[in-house]
Amino acid sequence: MTDHAFCVVRAGALTTVQDEGRPGHAHLGVPRSGALDAPAAALVNRLVGNAPGAAVLETTLSGCALRPRSEVTVAVGGAPCPVTVDGRAVAWGAPVRVPGGALLDVGPASAGVRAYVGVSGGVAVEPVLGSRSTDLLSGLGPAPLTDGAVLPLGPPAGVPARVDGAPQPRPPAELVLRVALGPRDDWFAPAALRVFTRGTYRVSSASNRIGLRTEGPALERARTGELPSEGMVLGAVQVPPDGRPVVFLADHPTTGGYPVIGVVRTADLAAAAQAVPGTPLRFVPAGRR
Amino acid sequence: MRALPVGERALLLEVASGEEAQSLHAELVRRRAEGLLSAAEIVPAARTVLLDGLADPARLARELTSWRVPPVPPREERVVELPVRYDGPDLDAVAAAWDVTAREAARLHAATEFRVAFCGFAPGFGYLTGLPAHRHVPRRATPRTAVPAGSVALAGPYTGVYPRSSPGGWQLIGTTDAVLWHHARVPAALLSPGTRVRFVPEGAG
Repeated sequence: MTDHAFCVVRAGALTTVQDEGRPGHAHLGVPRSGALDAPAAALVNRLVGNAPGAAVLETTLSGCALRPRSEVTVAVGGAPCPVTVDGRAVAWGAPVRVPGGALLDVGPASAGVRAYVGVSGGVAVEPVLGSRSTDLLSGLGPAPLTDGAVLPLGPPAGVPARVDGAPQPRPPAELVLRVALGPRDDWFAPAALRVFTRGTYRVSSASNRIGLRTEGPALERARTGELPSEGMVLGAVQVPPDGRPVVFLADHPTTGGYPVIGVVRTADLAAAAQAVPGTPLRFVPAGRR
Repeated sequence: MRALPVGERALLLEVASGEEAQSLHAELVRRRAEGLLSAAEIVPAARTVLLDGLADPARLARELTSWRVPPVPPREERVVELPVRYDGPDLDAVAAAWDVTAREAARLHAATEFRVAFCGFAPGFGYLTGLPAHRHVPRRATPRTAVPAGSVALAGPYTGVYPRSSPGGWQLIGTTDAVLWHHARVPAALLSPGTRVRFVPEGAG
């Protein structure tokens, strides 16, 4: 058994392996998957000297605890949280050396939802269709972490960044998502479009890696009937029969039969990944390119 | 053909029929293979083809209007034969809807040449067209909470095979032992858009 590995001491509520996902297979029904807060995952990789596509860990609210078998450099970013090594506080958002056998504890998020743990060499589980990402919709990739699991790590490839910290956006107190209307905005009455772009929603606790669900005014359709299944993109705002918009995140289905009223700018999805349930949410029209 | 903008980098191309969508999909795949089109994803569906990861969707939308797309999709050489046992719990209901015996329903289904119109729902799940309009059947009023992997099923114009156990509302007419999806196989998906498919009753070879 390799001595270059993480032993999972505390898996946390939901911790998954994520990289840049497996785009290019949507025509086979394979979701793109990948880190929800992609800039945070790229940042922790840069801090530990990895290429941006190395696999990291994505935690959910409660963090996780890991014991490396040999010395590694780690960096924790995304959602702010306390980080300790053998009980001593260490830096968040900066490279940290963790000796072999020491306990790295990534604490509960003090703001935001998802913390990212980058490790020198990256998490080296077997890739599936070119990616190590866990896809919670289709079950591709490694299973979510469990207590006692062992995660192989790759050989360190680069030199960790020489920084004490890197600027990272704060998780949003209010989530503002810029939306290009369409392709199925004509399925909604003008009044519903006004509600969509002027109303206030809240992030629902039913949100997950598949979609950011919302609570707020229902959007009434101008048409009844079924939309034949059509391809879905990242950031698509689909409106199911209950009228509450759902923003598709990385593990979204590749096709769907509910109308998409608009599409959120890709640059705004990192903030969506960090919006805790209850966060006020507005959709703001943004022009088409 | 209508080209609807989808966010910053995608276009949804909408056509009048499923056959046109299949034909357009084949044309887009051909153009991409020849270097005439750059798209990260080409995703066919019932009446549309989605192009994602485009550098300049607005420009492509303008260019598309001058394309000539063949009215019917090209026929792939390869035919995937799926061994099947017509033993599904809804075979009798489907036979009744078709006004034939269960045995005749199985024969009619196995005599049909199918084509994968598009994939979705789960990795490796293909929506197969080929049954004539008068053989289309509705979904079950109450979906099953667990449909076994390998179930051969009908809904609307489509035949599909469940790659793994999942909830589902399609009418189950049979079972196949074919492995529709294996992530470590190349290719992982047995069926992809455009693939021709025949169901071969076991013991009939």
